[in-house]
Amino acid sequence: MKPAGVKGAVVRTPNGLSLRFRPRALAVAVLCLAVALGVSVLLIGSGDFPMSPADVVRTLLGNGTPADSLIVNEIRLPRAVAALAVGAALGLAGAIFQSLTRNPLGSPDVLGFTQGAATGVLGVIVLAGGGSAAVAAGAAGGGLLTGALVYAVAGRHGAHGQRLILVGIGVAAILTGVNGYLLTQAKITDAARAVLWLTGSLDGRDWADAAPVLIALAVLGPLVVVGCGRALRMLEMGDDAAHGLGVPIERARLIMLAAAVLLTSLAAAAAGPVSFVALTAPQLARRLTRTPGPNLLPSMCMGAALLVAADWAAQRAFTGHQLPVGVVTGLLGGGYLVWLLVTQRKTGRI
Amino acid sequence: MLLLLAVLVLSLAVGAKPLSIGQAWDGLLHRGSGSYTVVHQMRLPRTLLGLLAGIALGLAGAVMQALTRNPLADPGLLGINAGASAAVVSAISFLGIVSFAGFVWFAFAGAGVVAVLLYAVGGGRGATPARLALAGSALNAALYSYVNAVQLLDTASLDRMRFWTVGSLAAAQTSTVEKVAPFVAVGLVLALLLARPLNAMAMGEDAARALGARPGRAKILAIVAVTLLCGAATAACGPIIFVGLMVPHLVRALTGPDLRWLLPYCAVLAPALMLAADVLGRVVVRPSELQVGIVMVVAGGPVFLYFVRRPRSKVVAS
Repeated sequence: MKPAGVKGAVVRTPNGLSLRFRPRALAVAVLCLAVALGVSVLLIGSGDFPMSPADVVRTLLGNGTPADSLIVNEIRLPRAVAALAVGAALGLAGAIFQSLTRNPLGSPDVLGFTQGAATGVLGVIVLAGGGSAAVAAGAAGGGLLTGALVYAVAGRHGAHGQRLILVGIGVAAILTGVNGYLLTQAKITDAARAVLWLTGSLDGRDWADAAPVLIALAVLGPLVVVGCGRALRMLEMGDDAAHGLGVPIERARLIMLAAAVLLTSLAAAAAGPVSFVALTAPQLARRLTRTPGPNLLPSMCMGAALLVAADWAAQRAFTGHQLPVGVVTGLLGGGYLVWLLVTQRKTGRI
Repeated sequence: MLLLLAVLVLSLAVGAKPLSIGQAWDGLLHRGSGSYTVVHQMRLPRTLLGLLAGIALGLAGAVMQALTRNPLADPGLLGINAGASAAVVSAISFLGIVSFAGFVWFAFAGAGVVAVLLYAVGGGRGATPARLALAGSALNAALYSYVNAVQLLDTASLDRMRFWTVGSLAAAQTSTVEKVAPFVAVGLVLALLLARPLNAMAMGEDAARALGARPGRAKILAIVAVTLLCGAATAACGPIIFVGLMVPHLVRALTGPDLRWLLPYCAVLAPALMLAADVLGRVVVRPSELQVGIVMVVAGGPVFLYFVRRPRSKVVAS
């Protein structure tokens, strides 16, 4: 029998373990995942050499013609996988940040982590002129350094709420200035390359680009979703309540912050700072699941679906002219943000 | 005032070709002297533009902080300058408008739209400083991603705009100064006239009404003033942030919260700070230059962090 007040289904094993899950949240996650995979198939099928979805699926299963499997496995699959992984990482990181800051706008774009990754990359491109591996390392290093800086400045008990937001905004502003400076110091060819990277693009991504974010997702995803989802939900009720319920507040928060920063940085390393996926994915997921709380798994799947769809739209929107995916997410996300500001202002949640 | 004068002279003298103060003075007054060209062609417009932009941004920050009753309000941080930028970039790229007289109107439109939107958010019930700052910087991010997108699709204008978007006084010309001046002047007068009603409104709108102020009209005029000041400053020298945040706080430490003192002091101290930053930018990486917007951010960011970190900070308590 279900105790009163507990929503969702509970699974109990004979030896005393119990697991509660919400059917609706699970359904949303599965649905988003299905959409993400479906659009990936479309994405793989579109391009200068169009393929029907049936052909794509057959090729993916290993039964395609040699030409098809060359195109799919060597060129288009890495891009689609990178899109899925980057989207999932951003969605998960966004959900963690929004939960930690207790504000629907607390996304890594706003809090300076994305700018930190950008500073790292600009430094590499402008000062060292490195290749794609160096760029990825620069992004990860810059993001992590920024995370450490924000945490250090916000202070020991500052890794939540308003302090984190304000410090993050300040750091973001400083880094934006630094980025602008680096951009003016570059040669025009380097500057164009840097701006392309800064917008976020998935063009020409191969397995080496997708690997770091995939590994991070494989390691951190289960850790965060299974290990810390509970703690995060408790923390949303306030520090005192969470402490009373036995959550090691500082440690849980530090782990979450580190995981989210790492995911953001590696996602930026793979595809550039794709804006607004981390902001919108958790919110859309929450609207669909209609459940309060961090909604980690649905956000992750939603992020993957959003980014793949945006990349597909970016390739298809203007025939003969491929847009970087960051332009599409930036425009759509910006529109969503304005709508959010207009409709939500009365409720005072923002 | 003395500080401002000193910085004005320095701004005339310091640069790629350093002049002594006497030479700068000579160049300013005597047509025949050797430094006349340097001073009149390059340094003077730049200094005047810095003066105007500083006045505009400092006052806009002070008015916004009073209007939203929010100590973190800053035209750059909250996206008003970014709104002007986005409008200007669209004008440059899509409509091919390159003259200042052409795109200044776009800057006003962009700044105005964002100002109204932010006021709608900031004026809502339960809007804390952090919330407004967050909404503003999210808006900033959205607008800049738009600016980036436009630049990306149009490499030719990227070359022109990448200097403009960091905030620079280097490209100043006498004609630009002449065109900005009237807008800043109108904004200045408007802001100073608003000191009394905004003072009254600091105690809440009901109290203000009881004291004979008309809050509705004052609010609209304040938004108009902020739009004029920010739009003009942004159109002239690109988005520059943190001036509007820092100066009112520094001045408040001197004058207290009375806007009738605060606003004039801001109008003096902000340009001094702006020109000091510009001079600093010319000196630190000789022989090249650092744009004033960058100096301001690198110097102003830590000040912002200091306000946030202060133990009894009201900003965080709310």
